[in-house]
Amino acid sequence: MNRTEQFLPGVEKPSHDLKQLEDSWRHPRGILGWFSFTTHTAIGMRYIVTAFIFLLAGGIEALLVRFQLAQPNNTLLGPDGYNKMFTTHGTTMMFLFAVPMMEGMGIYLVPLMLGTRNVAFPRLNAFGYWMYLAGALFLYWGVFTNTAPDAGWFSYPPLAGPAFSPGKRIDFWCQMITWTEVSAMCVAAELIVTIFKMRAPGMSLNRIPLFCWSILVQSFMVIFAMPAVMDASSFLLADRTVGTHFVNPAEGGDPLLYQHVFWFFGHPEVYIIFIPALGFVSHIVSANSRREVFGYPAMVLSMVATGFIGFGLWVHHMFATGLPQIGEAYFTAASMMIAITSGVQIFCWIATLWTGRLRMTTSMHFVFGFIAIFVLGGLTGVILASVPINLQVHDTFFVVAHFHYVLIGGALFPLFGAFYHWFPKMTGRMMEEAVGKLNFWILFVGFNLTFFPMHILGLKGMTRRIYTYSPEMGWGPANLLAAVGACVIAAGGIVFLLNVFHSRKQGKIAGNDPWEADTLEWAAASPPENYNFEYLPVVSSRSPMWVAPADRAVVTGLRDDRREVLVTTLMDARPHHRFVLPGSSIWPLITAIAVTIGFAGSVFNAWYITYGSILTGLALIGWFWPRKPLELEP
Amino acid sequence: MKRRDVWGILFFALLGLNGCAGRQQSAVDPVGTQSAKIASLWWFFVAVLGAIFIAVMIFTLLALVRRHRGIEQEPIEPRHRPSEGTERKLTRIVAGATIGTVLVLFVLLVASISTGKAISEMGGKQNGMTIEVTGNQWWWHVRYANDDPRLILVTANEIHIPVGRPVMIRGMSNDVIHSFWVPNLNGKRDLIPSRITTEWIETDHPGGFRGQCAEFCGLQHAHMALWVVAEPKDKFKEWMERELEPSVPPSDPIKQRGQQVFLSNACAFCHSIRGTTAAGQVAPDLTHFGNRRTIAAGTLPNTKGNLGGWITDPQSVKPGNHMATIALNSTDLEPLLDYLESLK
Repeated sequence: MNRTEQFLPGVEKPSHDLKQLEDSWRHPRGILGWFSFTTHTAIGMRYIVTAFIFLLAGGIEALLVRFQLAQPNNTLLGPDGYNKMFTTHGTTMMFLFAVPMMEGMGIYLVPLMLGTRNVAFPRLNAFGYWMYLAGALFLYWGVFTNTAPDAGWFSYPPLAGPAFSPGKRIDFWCQMITWTEVSAMCVAAELIVTIFKMRAPGMSLNRIPLFCWSILVQSFMVIFAMPAVMDASSFLLADRTVGTHFVNPAEGGDPLLYQHVFWFFGHPEVYIIFIPALGFVSHIVSANSRREVFGYPAMVLSMVATGFIGFGLWVHHMFATGLPQIGEAYFTAASMMIAITSGVQIFCWIATLWTGRLRMTTSMHFVFGFIAIFVLGGLTGVILASVPINLQVHDTFFVVAHFHYVLIGGALFPLFGAFYHWFPKMTGRMMEEAVGKLNFWILFVGFNLTFFPMHILGLKGMTRRIYTYSPEMGWGPANLLAAVGACVIAAGGIVFLLNVFHSRKQGKIAGNDPWEADTLEWAAASPPENYNFEYLPVVSSRSPMWVAPADRAVVTGLRDDRREVLVTTLMDARPHHRFVLPGSSIWPLITAIAVTIGFAGSVFNAWYITYGSILTGLALIGWFWPRKPLELEP
Repeated sequence: MKRRDVWGILFFALLGLNGCAGRQQSAVDPVGTQSAKIASLWWFFVAVLGAIFIAVMIFTLLALVRRHRGIEQEPIEPRHRPSEGTERKLTRIVAGATIGTVLVLFVLLVASISTGKAISEMGGKQNGMTIEVTGNQWWWHVRYANDDPRLILVTANEIHIPVGRPVMIRGMSNDVIHSFWVPNLNGKRDLIPSRITTEWIETDHPGGFRGQCAEFCGLQHAHMALWVVAEPKDKFKEWMERELEPSVPPSDPIKQRGQQVFLSNACAFCHSIRGTTAAGQVAPDLTHFGNRRTIAAGTLPNTKGNLGGWITDPQSVKPGNHMATIALNSTDLEPLLDYLESLK
């Protein structure tokens, strides 16, 4: 297998010790060693695999929900089982699949695209992953011990409050939020710093790959949105466990306060999931149209604008609570405005497709599927922005149809496209294209079969979150169709998994740049070495891999005997100084375990906050204990 | 038949999903003044946005056709660079499409806000009446407000309104958040503890319209329905007068026995029957129970058989609901059912 990178082939470079470079980036051996990895490719892959497992879990829950509703008066799950399943489905998909998956793709791809060797804070990166894993396992511990949350993925008080949800179910949900949001904040911080300060020399702001822009916008949204959901869930948890009065109306608290704070996070959350997908689409389109995406400045500005506007429309989830007219008008206008920024991007991609020389790979199939589904979902979003219509279809299956069109069409289809596009980079082998196209068509048909009828169900008065309905309502046929569609989607998922397992071992060898794409990750070996690039590339264009080799350059002179990277300036990416990244470390895991003891215990006994803090303090002492390794020498 | 009705029928017929005949609970089968306005707005949005969707799809798919032409015409190099002229043309087209989007959205925004304004102004008419609806897990407490305390009426799960008269629903909740929604009449409005929300309904069509709770409210969210029955003015007046009366005293020994069963068991702790000593406040008022269409908040049709099943084992009909299971032998149950069904 070709394991050498090729940004500047055939040019004689100053000699250096490749063996030493390999040694300083080598992963430690053994089980303890495995828990100490800090390279972004390893951590990113762990995020991707873990999040994919939770996609499967969420999918199984969705199937159960669909089977329960497949016919009137069905008793498969019963009310309690149904409430737990739809709550766990929503919670899993939002917090344990979608956000971590996008973060994982960001962690994996961003340093490669920027032409650097790791993320800015490798140990924080590992800590973030362990926190995510702990939160996910905690929730699923609840799921398997009859303590799955049952008040919806939004857990509105007072239903989720102490009076109407006794027991520990909602506490598990609240605390799972805390873990995963700590994790998301870690990722956001390190990716922002990486994108701002660790770009290849010459990669000025106007040359940053569009996916990195999307991750930058997403990370800033995480930093402003995630604290809100942690506030909301902590209000609720404190009301439940220690009897505070934030959102419990029985104690003079305000349930609408919770809704405002929750949706101040909840709406941006959709864009946190969806914006990285826009990045995927741009890269797939550009590589397979063999031209740069049309309108780079417009694309970047639309993403940034989406990031801002995304924070101004949370109230459209709350129109039914009653708002003064002027407030309604403001939030309607803001909600419709988001269609402009999305529209600009769709227009730019279509312009790219029109003037490009298309190669219809599997990933391109997913892009076309994305455009069809996402545009329809976006247009029903415009419908939902209108207050009078919203009051009719809010909390009905019309909304369920809408957001599955936006999230599956807008995020999952691009994500599958991205899997097919970057799988060769991650594993060194191609996926089967013919199976991939079959995979696409199964998913596309299954998706529309499942979710299109839901628009009509909503208009015909079928409310969300009901565990059953009587035959006279006339909702049976469409629900049966949706159950069939859900099975087709599941079949598509199985085809994808088979393709992955087959291609991972038997796929065609990919080489560094199977798609002849334009960004720097295609210069690295497939799969990349731990250090990514033997010589860090220097960039002179937005499409560095399409620059003639004669016009390329690389950085020389970094030390090989430690994990050294180049820090560059924010605007123009001029070399600033060399920076030593920490190596492998077990302390992120130990710290995560200490925090986990505090978080998990506090659900049962408030004293665990104290115990957990002490343990975390001790772990941090270990983390920051002054050492005199190679990495701190001048 | 109005044009939008034709479109609506076509829309559903096309998809083969039209349910059984009669008034279904539906947002696109409006009978109310408010819901009719919303439905017009809906079809306007669907027409405009549907056209946009089709246009975008045509342009996207045309890219595929062009691709084949392109492949025939020129060899494929790793990187394709369209001419400056092409890029300038694209810029103009994309900018034009963006401006078009802004204009269309502005039109939709104006349409939406003016419909919203028209709906909210409908309530301000002179002859309005007020009905307080309080959400409970999982039934609706209904109180007809009146300045004259003798004319205040308390009932449950079934709301009668006069045709042609605007009615304000004042929404409240005793426990968790519920949402009042009768789609054929108007959009939904949340019922929130510690708050009062309002919405107006009005219809010119007599008939019964089903509604149901739209905000997830726990185990039996699925079985929290209600009926709004619109009646001509004189019929409504008659209904109101009858409902204001205390319950009819049981006429025969069997029903007297039934009343005794009701009053001597736990039933009376929770339910009220005016004219008797039963004065519980935490469950539906049963004074004129026999007139209602359904039992258990729209869960079952109000028949003697269903009522028997419901009283004997409420948890199998509506698992998790708050009605106590009371062990009654058949000699008690039969008279109780006769008595309750006689409460007309």
